[in-house]
Amino acid sequence: MAQTAEQKKAREGWLLSLPALTLLILAASGPLIIIAIYAFLTAGEYSGVIWDLSFKAWFQVLFEKDIFDGTVSLADAHLTIFWRSVRLSLLTTLLTFTFGLPTAWFIATRPLKQRALWLFLITIPFWTNLLVRTFAIMEVLRVEGILNKILTGLHIIPEPLQILYTDTAVLIGMTYVYLPLMVLPLFAAIDRFDFRLIEAGYDLYAGRLTVLRRVILPIIRPGIVAGSILVFVPSLGAYVTPRVLGGGKKMMIGNFIELQFGAGRNWPLGSALALILLLIVGIALIFYVRASASENKDG
Amino acid sequence: MASKRTKTFSITTIPGFTFMAIATFVILYAPIATLVIYSFNGGTSVAAWGGFSTKWYAVAWENSQVQEATLRSVFIATLSSAIATTLATMAALGTTRRGKYKGWNFIYLLINQPIMVPEIVTAVALLIFFASIKVATGYTGLGYLIAAHSAFCIPFAYLPIRARLEGMDLTLETAAGDLYARPFTTFRRITLPLLTPGIAAGAMLAFVISLDDVIITEFVKSAGQDTLPTYMLGQLRRAATPEVNAISTALLVLTVILLTAFFLLTRKRD
Repeated sequence: MAQTAEQKKAREGWLLSLPALTLLILAASGPLIIIAIYAFLTAGEYSGVIWDLSFKAWFQVLFEKDIFDGTVSLADAHLTIFWRSVRLSLLTTLLTFTFGLPTAWFIATRPLKQRALWLFLITIPFWTNLLVRTFAIMEVLRVEGILNKILTGLHIIPEPLQILYTDTAVLIGMTYVYLPLMVLPLFAAIDRFDFRLIEAGYDLYAGRLTVLRRVILPIIRPGIVAGSILVFVPSLGAYVTPRVLGGGKKMMIGNFIELQFGAGRNWPLGSALALILLLIVGIALIFYVRASASENKDG
Repeated sequence: MASKRTKTFSITTIPGFTFMAIATFVILYAPIATLVIYSFNGGTSVAAWGGFSTKWYAVAWENSQVQEATLRSVFIATLSSAIATTLATMAALGTTRRGKYKGWNFIYLLINQPIMVPEIVTAVALLIFFASIKVATGYTGLGYLIAAHSAFCIPFAYLPIRARLEGMDLTLETAAGDLYARPFTTFRRITLPLLTPGIAAGAMLAFVISLDDVIITEFVKSAGQDTLPTYMLGQLRRAATPEVNAISTALLVLTVILLTAFFLLTRKRD
């Protein structure tokens, strides 16, 4: 009897979830399989694919063959894009942490009644259209923008800097748009933090920095891991921010993938690149799940 | 307790943290504030201030492309959030309060998949998939955008609904059962009213997510199907005018209104 009641619950659960699953498979998850197939096909002459098994796309990810003498060499342009993507994503994670940790700490140590308001102030930019935020930072970074006006006004720099359309612009932009993703999990971790531990640290004659390094940071580690993954993953797959602030020249993987489906006319290469991106994100997520699972066991 | 001691030696103070935190809030809001202020610029350039004016709002309002894109955005967001919320409510009922049955993890993973996969990857996958359907059927309407938006909105609608369901008290439903209410009556008269704040919150998040989407829309749309964000992305490539500031500000205000409503709905009652 208990067995059948359980089976009924499971059957109902599946039936209730089925419409959502069907739509997700049709318009989100299922098409990902097409990418996995296209990555092993031959590129069509103008666009699309020819249904011939080929590993050329995977070869093209890293290498290029000279059309005239057939020599194989590393594709420098591709490596530059990969390196820029990884470097900028890591730097974005680091910068968001540098600003995010004090902010999360500040919010978590406010009186209870103020906390919701401060959190709300972090959440508004988070839900504001990514394009609007990217556009806002673009205005600030312009040659004739506010930042240059302030810097030249204070005589810190003699003349306005061309920041827009450089790696720096993309870095500033990604830090700006992904900052809330770092603050929120850090806050969640600090909010659960037992502040008596700090007191204990001071009683044992630890300095403020020692307490931060030896007591606070190890305990809020799950929040640090969560925030880092939440920032790193979308940074690596960023498309809008590098496109707008990098001006089409400072491409990241996301833009490079798009290029293969547009002017590049190499759908298999685009699919292979998308698969690689998916793989890196998958590894990061597994790392995240394992890190948070082990923390739960310890705590 | 800790705040009383702040004046002497606060254990929660770390040197420089308050300064950095205030700096962060300034950094977060200064660009947005600049954007809003310059949307009221009377001049024609985004750099020089030409006096207060609402003329760019009028220009944007009368721009037929903006009008069409706005209507299309709202239409897609309304329909997609309605579909996503309905499916997410059913899925939340199917995955909460019945234990972890066989396949539960699979369902949960699939529902949350759009949050985990980089949008650009889903976008190119949908581009290939829908392109072949477009060729095969000849249909090039808004259906593709609505299907795609509904799908990636599901997890955003699902999460608040599920959270609400998990926090719900079972006693009322048990009582209804004890009073011989049929399961459907219990659902309609007890569960659904209690669940409504969660459903409303989920619908609002789904609406905002759909309204904001750039990447998937950019790849899936057929010619002449610009939404407001893809229209703006197109404009950014050309010389910027305060018109885009005006549109951005309008979008910003709409987001803040929806978010405030969301927070009031999900706020825990004391």
